[in-house]
Amino acid sequence: MLNNQETPVIYVDNSATTRMSQTAVAAMLPYMDKLYGNPSSLHSVGQQAAECLAEARATIAGLLDCTPAEIYFTSGGSESDNQAILSAAAIGERKGKKHIISTAIEHHAVLHTLKKLQKRGFEVTLLDVSAEGMVTAGQVADAIRPDTCLVSVMFANNEIGTVQPIAEIGAVCKEKGVLFHTDAVQAVGHVPVSVKAAQADFLALSAHKFHGPKGIGVLYARKGLPLVNLIEGGAQERGKRAGTENIPAIMGMAAAMKEACENLEANMAKMQALRDRLIEGLSVIPHSTLNGHPEKRLPNNVHFCFEGIEGESLLLLLDDKGICASSGSACTSGSLDPSHVLLAIGRPHEVAHGSLRLSLSEENTPEEIEYIIKAVPEVVNYLRQISPIWHDLQEGKKDHVI
Amino acid sequence: MLYSEKVMDHFKNPRNLGTMDNPDAVGEVGNAKCGDIMRIYLKIDGDIISDVKFITFGCGSAIAASSMATEMIKGKPISEALQLSNKAVVEALDGLPAHKVHCSVLAEEAVKAAVKDYYDKNGISYDAAQFAECEGGCAHCGDHE
Repeated sequence: MLNNQETPVIYVDNSATTRMSQTAVAAMLPYMDKLYGNPSSLHSVGQQAAECLAEARATIAGLLDCTPAEIYFTSGGSESDNQAILSAAAIGERKGKKHIISTAIEHHAVLHTLKKLQKRGFEVTLLDVSAEGMVTAGQVADAIRPDTCLVSVMFANNEIGTVQPIAEIGAVCKEKGVLFHTDAVQAVGHVPVSVKAAQADFLALSAHKFHGPKGIGVLYARKGLPLVNLIEGGAQERGKRAGTENIPAIMGMAAAMKEACENLEANMAKMQALRDRLIEGLSVIPHSTLNGHPEKRLPNNVHFCFEGIEGESLLLLLDDKGICASSGSACTSGSLDPSHVLLAIGRPHEVAHGSLRLSLSEENTPEEIEYIIKAVPEVVNYLRQISPIWHDLQEGKKDHVI
Repeated sequence: MLYSEKVMDHFKNPRNLGTMDNPDAVGEVGNAKCGDIMRIYLKIDGDIISDVKFITFGCGSAIAASSMATEMIKGKPISEALQLSNKAVVEALDGLPAHKVHCSVLAEEAVKAAVKDYYDKNGISYDAAQFAECEGGCAHCGDHE
């Protein structure tokens, strides 16, 4: 891949989205022209599509350790999170239970849905996380009240990569009889995920995070849990998600997920080695710090804060060197405040502004990692030289925070 | 693209970048919490800004706006530098995205802060209204906490 400057692109923003795998592309193509039927049609062309849809559903159910009837196709992670939470809230409301527990570091698809419920009279407890971004099952157990209807904890964090003790949290919820939802968007295809092991009642996933197509995802809802519709219309997805199924995307998702899960161990080992080398290489930068848990983190996540610089200019200069990365700085989010995740793990504003996320895929090479290890300190050093904050830190007018 | 070619040019090749030994005036605005700080150094001969330097902590548009503002006041009389508006900086940069306009406001304020420092250091009297605080016209003003 080439950009304008004809510099080879090193793509390390795989938590934003991934390149589709050739397997996924190949799985989609026939469903655009040859097998174009609508699964709701009674004729043979439609019924052929219906069979393929059933197959994809069974594949995904097998990979998640559930039954096909528990799989709902949605437009992606955000829709699945919305529907899971609103459905659990409706179940709770009918029993007079209007308290929900979640964490301070959830994705906005969860946090904004919870805000909406707060306006409808729900009470929300957002659990604090440790400096490494962890919540514990004990914290969840302590927060559960008689009127708690849902616990929603993300499987792995999209920014700092911390992987939560999901099975332990699921066990606590089960024991206390509270519904449990997990946003597994960053986890599926990257670490082992089983709804049985997690004892989850709901789970959200998104295809484009594991080399599948964009605009398609899954909501797993345990059998017997009534869902609230977000989209009304036809009887697709057992009447719980109207709209003609996006068959090409669903086929691409099933193929990508199968591929990712079949190669999970090999890919994890490969990415972990690259990740650890990258962390080691960037740690030599003075006044920098790794964000997230040192061990319990996604195999593809590297996340640093560098004191005295701002993340957006860092990203733009790295892009100039052919490195595509991401940051939790305010300037990249379009708001004045930096990432809520970095603030939740205790990074002060001025440090949170100088963050860098590098999210790998199994396609990255050791050579690319070495190039990044060389490029990032150069850019950080340049930006520090032109930063009044860095000058103040150097001259002792300000104290280093990290 | 988020930014115009002009913005990217001034971001990647900032003019008048660096610190200055024995400046006649220094102006610093912004704060670390909000994610941008600009510091402008002036050398003044008579009433002419004979040299100007800057260092900036901030996003691409903050660095580009600082660079452009220094270009626009270099070699100009102080009175003219005081007339520099954030709108003029935005126009010279061929526009900024709406949520980045505050960067141009900071650039205007940094220039004014430096001139004020010069007046204060040299006992030159001035109309305080010239250095009025910002009008809070940015889209995100007041969002912070």
